[in-house]
This record gives sequence, structure tokens and C-alpha cells, in this order.
Amino acid sequence: MSRAIFIPRDGLHPVLDRLSAEMDVWVPVASGPQKCGGEFVRYVPGTVPVLERQSTTPPKRILLPQVESLLSYAYVKDPEDASRVKINLQAEIAAKPTVVFGARPCDVRGFLLFDRVFTGGPFQDEYYRKRRENTFFATLVCRQWDAACFCSSVGSGPADMEGSDLRLTPLEDGFLVEAINRRAHPILKLMGGEQPTKTQLEAAENLQKETTEEQVGTGDLTHSGDDFRGRFEDLEYWRSMVSQCISCGVCTFVCPTCYCFSITDEMQGLEGERLRSWDSCMFYQYTLEASGHNPRPSKFERYRNRIGHKFSFIPAKYAGMIGCCGCGRCIRSCPVSIDIRKVVENLKENACACS
Amino acid sequence: MHAHNPYLPELATVKEVIQETHNIRTLRIVLDDEEKMRRFVFRPGQVGQLSVFGVGESTFVINSPPSCKEYLQFSVMRAGEVTQRIHQLSAGDPIGVRAPLGNGFCFEELKGKDILFVGGGIGMAPLRTLLLHMIDHRADYGDIMIIYGARSPQDLCYRYEFDKWREGKVDLVLTVDSEFPGWKGRVGFVPTVLTEEAPSPHNRVAIVCGPPIMIKFVLFNLKELGFQSDQILTTLEKRMKCGIGICGRCNIGTNYVCVDGPVFSVAQLQGMVPEL
Repeated sequence: MSRAIFIPRDGLHPVLDRLSAEMDVWVPVASGPQKCGGEFVRYVPGTVPVLERQSTTPPKRILLPQVESLLSYAYVKDPEDASRVKINLQAEIAAKPTVVFGARPCDVRGFLLFDRVFTGGPFQDEYYRKRRENTFFATLVCRQWDAACFCSSVGSGPADMEGSDLRLTPLEDGFLVEAINRRAHPILKLMGGEQPTKTQLEAAENLQKETTEEQVGTGDLTHSGDDFRGRFEDLEYWRSMVSQCISCGVCTFVCPTCYCFSITDEMQGLEGERLRSWDSCMFYQYTLEASGHNPRPSKFERYRNRIGHKFSFIPAKYAGMIGCCGCGRCIRSCPVSIDIRKVVENLKENACACS
Repeated sequence: MHAHNPYLPELATVKEVIQETHNIRTLRIVLDDEEKMRRFVFRPGQVGQLSVFGVGESTFVINSPPSCKEYLQFSVMRAGEVTQRIHQLSAGDPIGVRAPLGNGFCFEELKGKDILFVGGGIGMAPLRTLLLHMIDHRADYGDIMIIYGARSPQDLCYRYEFDKWREGKVDLVLTVDSEFPGWKGRVGFVPTVLTEEAPSPHNRVAIVCGPPIMIKFVLFNLKELGFQSDQILTTLEKRMKCGIGICGRCNIGTNYVCVDGPVFSVAQLQGMVPEL
């Protein structure tokens, strides 16, 4: 049995105030000059969450900051031998208890892949692991899909709660919040809220059922690995699909499943930090080797790798898991209107054109 | 204390620097933690990430043999930002190292076989560690032939220890691209010398490392000599960052060169997407 509370629409602020007094709370808010965009920010009393539409950028940076320090170092004179220089090295791995309130199933699905990549071995990324263990997802049953959404085509759906800890069901007059695992119980207790009425529980159940049955997006993109391999050397295909690509990288920036990063050193005086920052496989420099050789010299190889990574390599590596959550952000944000669904669907047609 | 953070390098000190050629230097480094140095184990062919703090990290093969407990040896060709700075280091300077990483050679499976090493330029580094390991365990292996070439005699690495290699009962064939005064070895490109030497593919494994153009023609000539693709091993290079299979950079299809490689058989490469 899941435990549940009801938060009336005008009671959201007190609940988030209580939560944020104890832990970090991230909510989607309106952003951009016309306030038509959306991003996740740390809640402080007074922040106005926008839960009625998908955020422009996903909550990715909560678990994988756009830039973070992996370690810091300082060159110091050896106290025992002044002619020698030593390195002081420090790495701090810390994470605060965090609630992500109002993410959508697609947003959370990205982290299922992150979990495999960062903590599934052979090496554990302790920075990610610690944050992940301290983060709770209160996820909306999603009712606001648009023409770019296709979560059902990649094996998910608008009511998919995998990876989440609490379920938020939007009702006419508020939200039903249910703990869907044991670790969420203390969070629910902290939220307070009201005891839900039988009517509210029923309404929520109906909405969940109805949403689960929804098909968001047409077609099935989950078995595209072989078609991709068949198209790999068909450069004509990649040219026809993505010739308009300008390698801006926004598709990777807004993608909840894109995690590839770079590591660089920054230094001021005798001290510095080793930073991890988001990188993009859409950039020429990403694979450029010191010798000048580049295994992906043009945008066609780079885009091909992005498709391959999401729909062929990740499924092959992680037991069928798809490296795409169907959120549609890359489609909405692409300045030259590349539609990833089309690129993947068309892999199938004349799949042997290259041979 | 930092055993759980794979991004944190071990601090080490450069013990010795050897100028191999005009653009290749060999560094012998020692971990500052004596206990860790004593307990350090690796497979021939495994790599390490060397850190110059403030500049960055790059990946190099550990080219000393596992039996060498005094230091870890890396040979570095000056090519980019990090290697430029590594070349400025001298004995006593601090350095960071994350090692061992990668798969290394499957030397257990090579026991009882004849061996052919084919190396070009800096490509001798990954072969050196396996060669010295085999010399350490000479009875486990059959005939060992090395074909090693460079542009000029001055571009050959490890010249000072060729005699020692020969004492290990290996057939060392040296070649340079064109005639040089005083050069007594072969003259000609490595693939050509390989064909002239024509080692028998019977019960033999070839291990190839060098510049891409050399590898391309060596593989072609090995096939002509009758070598099958599972009889040929090579080591790959890619731009790397994390070195631990996470950052997503060095993939060839599903394989990450940093954890699934750098050693692959040609048979394995043929099963991957063609994107070298």
C-alpha cells in the first residue's frame, strides 16, 4: 500500500517551504525573456513552480552539474626540501538531501541510463553516486504532451514511474502525492499536506489508469540497432537526413540522457581545479586527437554516432535499454528542425542500401 | 584513503628522464606512497593516465614489464598540450598517475606460441612491456621475432637496450626508411621488411603497433603471409578523458577503447563499426 497526501493548489507553497527548510528542493520555473521557457531551479520561499508544461531544459544538472570540480590542487614548496615542489591534492565528494519536485517521467528516465553508466561499473563515479543516493524524485503523471513528445515509442509512457520515489497526480483542485517506495516515506511526512478523500484517491487512480493507456508518439523505436548497423556505412543516408545540421550541440545540451563530459584543468597562480563539464559529441573537437587525426571529422559521422549511441550501442551494452527518453526536447530546440524520430524510423527503409 | 574515487590520481615523482628521440622522452616515475608502489600490479599492455596538474591528463601505456618494481615507465611523444608539458618535467618533479587502466595483452593465451612483434616509431612502447615480460618468462614462449622500424636511426626508441633484448634470445630486425651513414640494419618500410622476412604464421601471433598507415599495410601483408585475423593483436588510440568507461568519448560502437581496449585482435575490430 502506498501512502498518500493531498496538497490543495494554493497549499503548494507551504509544503515546499517546509521541505526546502530541511533539504534542497528543485522545481521547474518559467525562464527566458518572455517567460515561455522553463528550467529547474533551487526552490526558495516565493519561487513559483510551473508544473503545467515541460521545462525547456531537463533536471539533468541536478545530478550532473554542467560544471563541477572533481579535485583541487596546489603546488607548494616541500617543507623538508625547499628545492622540491610538492602537490597538495584534495577531492571533496559531498551531497545534500535533495528533492526534485515536478519532474516528468521522461526527465527521470534519463537518470536510469545515468545510473548504469556512472554506477554500473566497471568503475563507480562517486560524485554521481552520492548525489543520486541523496536525491528523491517527486514525478508528475504527465498530461501535457505535444507533437514532439514520443515517450511511448521508446518503451516509456506519460505515467511511467520507474526511477521515481513519489508520484504527483494533478487533480482539479490540487495534487495527490503518493510515496511509491519506502525511502520516500520520510519525505512525504515532511511535506505534511492533507489526508486525501476517497473521491480524490479515486480521481487520481482514474487519471493514472487513463494516462498509462495513452500512446504518446507513434511507432516503436526500441529495436533499431540492426537497422542502424545496416545504415552505418551509408553516408548518403546520413547526408540526406542531417545535411542541415549546424553542429550547434543544443540537442545534446537539452537531452536528459546525454551525459558525455570533458575534464579540463584550470589554474590561477599555483592553485587550480580539475573540472568536469558537459561536452557534446556534435563538436569537431570532441574526438580530435593530438596527432590531428579525427575519427569523426564531419557532422555526418558525429550525428551518426549520436543516433548509434542512443539506439544501438546503449541497447547492446545495457540489455535493451534505449538511450532516448522520448521527451522531444531535441526536436523542439533544434534550430534547423532535425527530427530524431524520422532519422531513426527511416533507418528501416531500404536498410541494405549500403551493401 | 582515496581508493574509491577513480578520478583522483596517485601522486608520484619523476625519477629519471631519457631522451629517446628528438620528440620522444621516457619517464620513469615512482609512486610517492611506498606501500602502493610495492603493491602495484598490472598486466603488460595496460595504460596509465599521467597528470600534469594545471594542464591535464593524457593516456600512455606502462612500458616497463610487470616484474620491474622500482619504477613505472612511460614513453611520451610530444604532440599536444599535455605531452608538451610532460616533456618539460625533469627528475624530482611531481606528477599524477591513474593506473593501471585498460585490458592489457592476453599473455596467458600466448604461452607456447611463436611471437612476431611489428612496431613503428613510438609504437614500440606497448610492445616493449610485453616483450620484456616474455623475456622474463622466456621458456613459456617459442620463437620471438621483432621487426622494428623508424624514419631514421635517431628515431628508434630504446636503442640503448637492443643488445639486452637480443640476449633474451629474440630475433631483432631493425629497419629505417632510407639509407643513413653508418647504419648497418635494414633499409625499407616496415611492411616491406615484414614480407621479406616472411615469418611463418603457423602457431604464431603477431602483435602490431605503430602509425595508422604502417598498421594498414602491415595488416595487409600479414594476411598475404597467411595470418588469420584472430592471430593479430593491435593496440588502439583515441582521445580519452576519464579513462574509466564513463565520459563517452573513446567509443567505437559499443566498445570503449579505455576499458575494453586498448588491445584488440583484428578479429574483434572486424566485428566493430568501421570508425577508426
